[in-house]
Amino acid sequence: MGMLERVLGTRPAQPNGHHPLDGGGLIVDVGRLAERRGTAWDAVRLARNQQRPHALELIGAVFERFQELHGDRGYRDDPAIVGGIAELDGRPLVVVAEQKGASTEENIARNFGMPYPEGYRKAIRLYRLAERFRLPVVTLIDTPGAYPGPEAEERGQGEAIAKSIQVMCGLTTPIVAVVIGEGGSGGALALGVGDVVLMLQNAVYSVISPEGCAAILWRSAAESERAAKAMRLSAPDLLELGIVDGLVPEPEGGAHVDHASTAAGLRTAIVAQLERLARVPTADLVAARYERFRAIGVFVDPGAAAAERARPWWRRALARFGR
Amino acid sequence: MRLRMPFGRKHELPSHLWTQCPNCGEMLFNKQLARNLNVCTKCEHHFKIGARERIELLVDRGSFAERDATLVSGDPLAFTDSKAYPARIAASQAKTGERDAVITGDATIGGTPVSLAVMDFEFMGGSMGGVVGEKIARAAERALAERRALVVVAASGGARMQEGTIALMQLAKTVAAITRLGDARLPFVSVLTDPTTGGVLASFASLGDLVLAEPGALIGFSGARVTSETIGEKLPKGFQRAEFLLEHGFVDQVVPRAQLRERLAFFLAALHAPARAIRWGL
Repeated sequence: MGMLERVLGTRPAQPNGHHPLDGGGLIVDVGRLAERRGTAWDAVRLARNQQRPHALELIGAVFERFQELHGDRGYRDDPAIVGGIAELDGRPLVVVAEQKGASTEENIARNFGMPYPEGYRKAIRLYRLAERFRLPVVTLIDTPGAYPGPEAEERGQGEAIAKSIQVMCGLTTPIVAVVIGEGGSGGALALGVGDVVLMLQNAVYSVISPEGCAAILWRSAAESERAAKAMRLSAPDLLELGIVDGLVPEPEGGAHVDHASTAAGLRTAIVAQLERLARVPTADLVAARYERFRAIGVFVDPGAAAAERARPWWRRALARFGR
Repeated sequence: MRLRMPFGRKHELPSHLWTQCPNCGEMLFNKQLARNLNVCTKCEHHFKIGARERIELLVDRGSFAERDATLVSGDPLAFTDSKAYPARIAASQAKTGERDAVITGDATIGGTPVSLAVMDFEFMGGSMGGVVGEKIARAAERALAERRALVVVAASGGARMQEGTIALMQLAKTVAAITRLGDARLPFVSVLTDPTTGGVLASFASLGDLVLAEPGALIGFSGARVTSETIGEKLPKGFQRAEFLLEHGFVDQVVPRAQLRERLAFFLAALHAPARAIRWGL
């Protein structure tokens, strides 16, 4: 079994039907969701539901003894990013998350979960802390996007996101990334370069908001529902496209209906993934993470096909036997 | 093209021979403009140029060998807005003569072997989808395998929406590939041209060992209209221009187009060192 298969657990199901990534109650087969699958717009509304459990609440329910750490050591402590050291069954780890509010007041305090550059620089500091002391990292992603205001531009929003992605790419410790609500483009990916990337069942993950897409491509924000559908941003879509590795089931009606059950499902999934990843040698881990993201992308290479046809028949035959 | 003259007379100047500078209003004779590298002879406004023209300006003459020329986009989401994605691709291909929004290959610059990637804004706004991501990742991997420096010239409106979250993942893919160069002590010089925005700025473009920018280039993560709407105010003059980024610490130098080749040659010679330790003959 190849290294990538070992890390992702994508070996085909064993004779007893057990799928390695299943350990942890994950949905890895979209077929299982057929009856429960709503529209893309349903997912968008559910993912944005203000009463959904947010990061700090899930951290409190999933982990023990969470101690929040503050600041980027350069400018400010950004309240849209929360992180620190916690324990999972007594084993320490670092958690980094995007935090929305459950009320308007709280949302204003958290900038609606839209981080500034200093938020991503706090995240970077925490990834490095985890790496130095060999603690695994769990990230919880929930943001409409990185904050687009002028001070964010002045302080280098593009660079901060790029750097966060870069540090995650090379981090020599296991990373489990979970989109728990809205995965708003680059501002989400900055916490999303994991060895394994999961989504809560009703979460969404997109390169632009449906409203933004509609405004640019359909020239009308009223077309947001159509844009959402075209963009295939729901969790089952992303599982089908191979961008995420598994979905954490939510209670009937959505996570906002039952916070405790949502947290329990999340905990089971995280425990199973961390236990699996902890057994992978570090060099293999980093190499497999590279291959995981390296493989995403659809293109056609007519040049390769033409070159293949130009090879002598016997060379092509040998290639089929792996020579 | 109408030229406003004093006393209310209007003159027609054929636009295939003349271009009006959007910055200072000067009428520029196209042949002269081209000879000046498409930079306004009066105010130094840098016009956008295509990837092929850019490559000619940067590499040692005759040294460019294109790679991965045949890659074309797929349609992973079967995406249709007012037009189907494949139709948009075909239209851009017809308009530009290129297959997608980046040209990659090998070259030398001032004698230093480089792996070069140059984006083309005319192709769907330089947007990054699977092909751009793949070609840039391959260019970086070639740099690593063949011990070349990497030079990437960015020109982009951001990620290609028609490829959805797959386009978003190209940020991680390109960053992963360029990141390996640092450990191998191979330099990556990023050149930001007008415009460099969105997912391209939020990935490889910001991560050069050196980051150079063209004068007046628009460089920003979010669109100016969105930014101004968040504060309900107009933005300061020069916001998100190369000079603004220089002041705020995000660009090493703003380099006029005519000096870019020499400047790159200098930096690449300084940073790119085949297998020697400290190069002072000590």
